[in-house]
Amino acid sequence: MIGRVTDLLLPGARDLRGRPLRGVAVLLAWIGLWALAVLRRDRLLATPGAGRPDWWIALLGLVTALSIVWRAGRPRATGRDPAEPDGEWAAVRAAFARHRLATAGLTLVALLALVAVLTPYLAPYDPAAQGADLVATRFQAPSWAHLMGTDRFGRDVLSRVLYGGRVSLLVGTLAVVIAITLGSLVGAVAGYARGWVDTVSMRTVDLLLSLPRLVLLITIIAFVDPSTTLIIVVLGLTGWMGTSRLVRGEVLSLREREFVQAARVLGFGRARILFRHVLPNVATPIIVAATLGIGNTILVEASLSFLGFGVPPPTPSWGDMVLRGVRDMHEAPWLVLFPGVAIVITVMSFNLVGDGLRDALDPRASREAAP
Amino acid sequence: MSAGGAADAGRPAPSAAGAGPDGPLLRVRDLGVSFAGPHGEQLRAVDGVSFDLAAGEALGLVGESGCGKSLTALSLVRLVDEPPARTAPGSSVRYRGEELVGAPPSRLRRVRGAEIGFVFQEPMTSLNPVKRVGYQVAEPLIAHEGLSRAAARDRARELLARVELPDPERALRAYPHELSGGMRQRALIAMAIACGPSILVADEPTTALDVTVQAQILELLARLRRETGMALLLISHDLAVVGEVADRVAVMYAGQIVERGPAAELFRAPSHPYTEGLLRAVPSIERRDRRLAVIPGRVPAPGSWPAACRFHPRCPYAWERCATEAPPEAALDEEGGRHSRCWLVAEPARRAGHGYVEVGG
Repeated sequence: MIGRVTDLLLPGARDLRGRPLRGVAVLLAWIGLWALAVLRRDRLLATPGAGRPDWWIALLGLVTALSIVWRAGRPRATGRDPAEPDGEWAAVRAAFARHRLATAGLTLVALLALVAVLTPYLAPYDPAAQGADLVATRFQAPSWAHLMGTDRFGRDVLSRVLYGGRVSLLVGTLAVVIAITLGSLVGAVAGYARGWVDTVSMRTVDLLLSLPRLVLLITIIAFVDPSTTLIIVVLGLTGWMGTSRLVRGEVLSLREREFVQAARVLGFGRARILFRHVLPNVATPIIVAATLGIGNTILVEASLSFLGFGVPPPTPSWGDMVLRGVRDMHEAPWLVLFPGVAIVITVMSFNLVGDGLRDALDPRASREAAP
Repeated sequence: MSAGGAADAGRPAPSAAGAGPDGPLLRVRDLGVSFAGPHGEQLRAVDGVSFDLAAGEALGLVGESGCGKSLTALSLVRLVDEPPARTAPGSSVRYRGEELVGAPPSRLRRVRGAEIGFVFQEPMTSLNPVKRVGYQVAEPLIAHEGLSRAAARDRARELLARVELPDPERALRAYPHELSGGMRQRALIAMAIACGPSILVADEPTTALDVTVQAQILELLARLRRETGMALLLISHDLAVVGEVADRVAVMYAGQIVERGPAAELFRAPSHPYTEGLLRAVPSIERRDRRLAVIPGRVPAPGSWPAACRFHPRCPYAWERCATEAPPEAALDEEGGRHSRCWLVAEPARRAGHGYVEVGG
């Protein structure tokens, strides 16, 4: 019974039967997380400016995150119950867990996500609050009071990096969701329909790819009032072409496979064949593309902000912080250092996960691992 | 529900009982399929194929690889992509009297799923690798009969039991790679018969399986035919397989049916030299002393089919007429049950003194 529940919450935690403690730990962690979300939703949804941190809540969240990562990072027990057919995911999970760097990347990504969710509790100061005495509080070097120092307005850099991370992750994830959805749709339809549909959409892709993305972005943003939503949408709309090519190629080869022929013989309509039979087979390259895409999008967003076309102030953003830190770099190098390091770590974590997934999902590698 | 599936929704129309007085269940006349060749010419891969299939009957379609058997089967349900293929004008496929050539796509989708079922050669690749077997067996019922997922799953369990899959409950939850070849072929048969078709087309259903499993699958097909009264179109290059199951046999060579008739008679006394050659090439346990014969040469590609009789370059009996005039399909008996596309029917005396060369020392 409990096994069923953990199955629902976290697929893969089902070897509860073999290792009850770990299963229960996972279950409790999830309950804790949900309780947190439900009971303290006001704090979670709070905008920048929430006062002192609730350390015990942050601690609970960290424990939750670590237990999830610990569980997900473990290869599955080898002696599987043969009566319980597992998907190909079991082999993928095992292959992924063998990939040390990828596991490290996943841990970092999970931590970053958790920190982003819990930012209102973790941030020691209001990221917009300026010191009362500007001269005394500005350009303070990192200290116990301000772990990452303060900027030229006396604002706490740590708090700003934390809130900036929220924005970066949100923008990166949502933009990639838009890009992947659009790219998969265009690619799938083009590859399955072939003919003029394929020609028109792929030549459009070629055209869009021939324009430098940053220039395209700046041009669009220059015409409209920038907002976080706009940045997300525009990043999504300029990032789908690679995915559509990838998906088209896969669909072109999949549509000739026997099981697609078999689906046609069973009298299924085109939409059913495409979305129920062909696309699920492209899921793995799409997942890899999405993971790598998030890192890339965060980088592009930071570049945009650095050029002054990103998420508009006062919303803190890593790229914007680097931009504004550059002129004070000689007095206060931490202004550039910490947001820069944050960008590097985040992008690298996503790329590590993407690389690990690509290796784990490689058919040649997973064949050996398959039962 | 998918856009394409919308037209398929709703309950199936009750099938008309039997073929009625107006003919057989499936009536194929002058079916031709051609492809554009490298120089723009039309290559007729299937040419003037005619046969009937009565309700409950088992017809075997025999021939070497590349002679157009599978293409014939696929074009019955209009599943040959056009272009690149082209259906010859005058082709006719009538199912219960209804013309399928030129029928609307929505009607054809219904026929495919619910009236004419297909089983293919490759059980390894004919199942979707990322979907559970249970879903795949249930899907035709969801798409064509509008069953709910739960109801379709119950029916899928029954179907898997019916095709004698051990432990159907487990097979429902399995992914295709977790099943053996024979089990997968059984699952594919379950999918094909899910909506109760009146015709089952089995295209080399046992070729990819090992011999013991082959026998089980053939037995299963025969039993399903007995139980449901559906007609069976069995396509194979293996005469033994066809001889075991079929009531009647049609032999194809280079896109044409060269001989057809009741299985027993055709195997006992083949009329067309090609049929004779095929039979002489099969080893027999009863007649160990007999030497095997070999048909010289190989099936030519569709672009280079010889004029007149297509078999004449490989035929031990061929004379001048065979290279200049195409033989018509001639009836061998009064009832019209046996046909042969050979000039020997008109000039039987030519048979004397010729024949296949036996191999071995």
